[in-house]
Formats: sequence, C-alpha cells, structure tokens
Amino acid sequence: MKPLLKASHVVEMFGGLKAVSDFNVYLEQGELIGLIGPNGAGKTTAFNLFTGVYQPTSGEIEFDGQSIVGLAPYQITQRGIARTFQNIRLFSELSVLDNVKIAFHDHVKYGLLEAVLRVGRYTEEERQIERDSLELLKIFHLKDKAYETAKNLPYGAQRRLEIARALAAKPKLLLLDEPAAGMNPQETQELMEMIRWIRKEFNLTILLIEHDMSLVMGICERIYVLEYGHIIAHGTPEEIQNNPEVIRAYLGGAS
Amino acid sequence: MNIQRKNDLMYLVLGLVIFGIVYGLMEGGMIGSFWKLNIIIICINIIMSASLNLINGYTGQFSLGHAGFMAVGCYVSVILTTNFHMPLIVGMLAGGAAAALLGCLIGLPTLRLNGDYLAIATLGLGEIIRIVIMNINYVGGAAGFTGIPHLTTFPWVFFTMLVTLFFIKNFVNSTHGRACIAIRENEIAAGAMGINTTKYKVMAFTIGAAFAGIAGALFAHCFYIINPSSFTFMASFNYLIMVVLGGLGSLTGSVAGAFVVTALSAALASWPEFRMIIYALALILLMFYRPQGLFGYVELTAFKPFRFLDRTKGGRE
Ligand SMILES: Nc1ncnc2c1ncn2[C@@H]1O[C@H](COP(=O)(O)OP(=O)(O)OP(=O)(O)O)[C@@H](O)[C@H]1O
Ligand SMILES: [Mg+2]
Repeated sequence: MKPLLKASHVVEMFGGLKAVSDFNVYLEQGELIGLIGPNGAGKTTAFNLFTGVYQPTSGEIEFDGQSIVGLAPYQITQRGIARTFQNIRLFSELSVLDNVKIAFHDHVKYGLLEAVLRVGRYTEEERQIERDSLELLKIFHLKDKAYETAKNLPYGAQRRLEIARALAAKPKLLLLDEPAAGMNPQETQELMEMIRWIRKEFNLTILLIEHDMSLVMGICERIYVLEYGHIIAHGTPEEIQNNPEVIRAYLGGAS
Repeated sequence: MNIQRKNDLMYLVLGLVIFGIVYGLMEGGMIGSFWKLNIIIICINIIMSASLNLINGYTGQFSLGHAGFMAVGCYVSVILTTNFHMPLIVGMLAGGAAAALLGCLIGLPTLRLNGDYLAIATLGLGEIIRIVIMNINYVGGAAGFTGIPHLTTFPWVFFTMLVTLFFIKNFVNSTHGRACIAIRENEIAAGAMGINTTKYKVMAFTIGAAFAGIAGALFAHCFYIINPSSFTFMASFNYLIMVVLGGLGSLTGSVAGAFVVTALSAALASWPEFRMIIYALALILLMFYRPQGLFGYVELTAFKPFRFLDRTKGGRE
C-alpha cells in the first residue's frame, strides 16, 4: 500500500537560507509520527509546505497518491490535511462554538439560497453542525466553555480548541505544531491521552512537532529528527534516544 | 415551528408594526413632506450601511467605494424607467444586477489587496465610476439625468429594507457568512479550515454591491433629476461613518448608525455650518468612549432589556 503522505527531496529556500533541504518523509495510514529538532530546524516550515502555505523550491509532496504541490491551503484541507498552529491562530473574537462550526464549512451541502431563505437542508444541517461541534468540544473538555469568547480561554484550552477545530474539517491527516507548548505536566499528560484517543476514534494519521520529549517518546511510533533543515535521524523512540547524532544535536558540542 | 422561525416571525411582526405606525402618520398628514422624504432616505441609507457592513464589518475588507455601486444601480434603473417606461421593480433588479456584476468583476483582482491598499483601490474605483458617468452624454453627463418618474414610495423602500436586513441576517448566520467572518478574524486560519478566502471575499463584495445598486435605484426615483455629484467620495465616506458609528459587524448597529446620521443631518439642515461641527464632535466623542461603535460586533439583542427578541443565542443546554 502507498503511504498516505510522501515527501521526496523537498527543498525550501528563503533567499539564501535553506530552511529545508533534501527532506524525505513518509507517513503510513494510521501512524502517529513525531517530528523533533532544535529551534529553527525547519519543522514548522515542513508543515507549511505540507499545507500549501509555502510552495517547495523543488521536490515532490504526495498525499493520498496525488501531488499536492501548487495547491492552495484551502484545497489541501479539502483533500484531507488539517493542522494546528504553533503561534495559536484562533478566530479570537468569536465564541468557542463558532470556532469549531466554521471548520465544518467544506462539508456543508446547503447552498446560498437555502441559507438566505432558511429552507431546504439549512435547518437540519445547521442543527447537525451544532450537535457535532458540541460533541467535539466535549472530547476536549471545552463543552462548558462553548459560549465563551475564544481569546478569553486559558492557553492550554486554546491549544485544545485548535485541535477540536482542525478535527471539524474531518481530515485524514492531522498535523499538530507543538500542541503541548505552554501546558503544565498534568495538562500534557491529558493531551497525550486525547491524541491517542482521537487517532483511534477518528481513524487518523497524525504527525506532531513537539519539544516535550516525554510526550513524543511516549506516544509516537516513529520519529524524524531535523537539524538545520536536514533529517539527521529517523527511527523508533528507542533508536532515537540512543542515536549519537541526536544526542550531539540536542546537547550541542563539536560535530 | 423551531425557535429560529419564531424569531424571524417576531422580527417581521415588529417590522410591520413600525411600518403601520409610520405609514399611518404619513397618510394622516402628521409627517410633513420634508420628513417624509427623510424617512425614505433613512430606509435607503439603512440598505446602504447594512450592505457595506457585510463587506467592511463582517468580512473585514475595507471598502471605500460604496457610492460608486449605488450610482451604477441608480443610472441603470433610471434609463429603464424613464427611457423605456419599465416599472420600478425592473429598474431595481437590473440596477442591483449591474452593480453586482461590476462588484464581482472588480472584486476579483482588488480583493487580493490587503488593508490600506484595498481601501485606496476601492476609493479610486468609486471615483472612476462617477467620472465615467459624468462623461456619458446619454445620461446627461455632469448636468444630470432629468425627467425621472417619481416612483419611490415609503412602502417600497421599507419593504426593500426589510428584505435586505433579513437577507444579510440569514447570510451571516449560515456557513457562508461564517466563512466571511472567519476571513475577518484570521485569514490564514480560515484558509487552513478549508475556506476559499478569495471566493468568499468576492461573494461578500458582490452581495454588498447588489444591495447598493438596489438602494441606488430607490434613491433615484425620489427625485426628478439625478446627478453624479450625489456619488462622490464624500458619499461613500458618509456610509462608512454610519457603519463605524453603529458598529462594525452589527446589523442593528448599521440600522442605528444610518438612522442617527441621516436624522441628525436632516434636523440640522437649516444650519449647515453647525451640521459639520456636531457631526465631527459626535465622531470624536465616539472614538473616545466607544471606539468599537455603538454596538460593536454584537446585536441589540445581546443587551439585557432586548434579549427576549432573540432566543436562539447564548442558550446553554
Ligand atoms: N517566511 C520565512 N521567511 C524567511 N525565513 C523563514 C521563514 N519562515 C521560516 N524561516 C526561517 O527558516 C528556519 C526554520 O524555521 P522554522 O520556523 O521552520 O523552525 P522550527 O523548527 O519550527 O523552529 P521552532 O522550534 O522554533 O518552532 C528559521 O531559520 C527561520 O528563521
Ligand atoms: Mg516551529
């Protein structure tokens, strides 16, 4: 079987800076994979390449057997990749519930006329969206905050809301950019459970960037290590933990 | 019947009651011709501010050329009614369609611009429309178009206004409207949620232009003569003031903004020099005390005494 996502020889240049070079990654259906590396290694850039925010300078990215190079971010989301952002990007002035409802957009069938005249599929579909949104909020312990303004949520809750919103887009592949950043150890532990659970429940493939090693080592099946845009190691958590290249990259020192 | 339907019905009844009272006063001769015209202008300005709010307030695209679309609707409709003796409704629909078409054609390239650049582009656009009209002899050029039949009546403007408000209210409470609001809140996140941001920006712009065109048609048929100088940059600016004063992203705000600005300038019509001073003063005070506008992103129904009017929101299970 073909991998769900396959990046081959991807290069991304920012002026003279090679943010990502000769990047090769594959994700099998249903896997939970980690992407780690020091600050500025190019992890977020990789996500931006997968989601169409940046276009690769060269190389090929295939999703579900088809090239996604050249597609706009919304088209890639419609094909089944959803993401969260390292620097949280919620619809901050809107309610928690509306944040999630918005992401159902591509799955709504009623048309403009039905919406404006409030006939046909409008009422039933809107009711369904509200039900499904509240259901997602419940999974992430946000249901009792459904009518609060998103920007008033604590940091950890905002990160969870980003995941709930991404799931509303009904993706096959979920990209999480530092989902545990700013969370305390207990919140991180809960988040780990949630990530495991949603993968099973929603039949997801997940790629996550994380600095929290206990989280990455605890839930990922395979890990890619990035440094200065290059993949310096790839393997199971045990292999990565004992890899001298990785230890050197993380602890510094002469190479 | 669900809650939403009940709510709509209640708004409709409220609208009919207001209509009945005002119409009764007009027919009973309690409202003179000066205020009669101004009430009609208030309704037209509500259509203008509500439709501009869809673009500026809900979708967050700063447009400064709304009077240009009004001019298109105005001239297309008067040609049809005056030169071809069509009924008003045909003029309104054709005027709205022409403005929508232009809005769509112009929106496609300009809506790629952001913030200040879009404001300048739309400002220029409004001026171009006006200057083009000024140079077409068929419609009277700078001297104006004369002989327009006086077809606009209070019932026409009032019910067109109601339709506009219902249209925009239902639009912003649908997935299409949510897509527009998402663009305003965070364009990158909107794209990442599968929303075709260009499509929805153009859609909001086109719908806004269509209603401005319809408002233009109604405006034209209040007078015997219509002239391009009614659609200058200052007119566009005036509609923007109504939207900002009432509150960006609030439909009740747009109604209040259009009402306050129009009624105030009518009341001060005999003292034109005071008008501008009071106008400026009101805006400065507003900037100080309510920079988000009178209503600022929420509807009247968010405030306690009016909450009974909307039972669909904020209800927890
Ligand atoms: N749009 C851009 N223009 C120019 N340089 C960029 C751009 N985006 C990222 N970079 C640079 O590319 C490199 C990789 O950045 P990236 O954000 O991918 O790192 P990261 O691995 O996510 O780091 P962190 O752990 O701090 O989030 C950095 O040197 C960064 O400054
Ligand atoms: Mg990053």
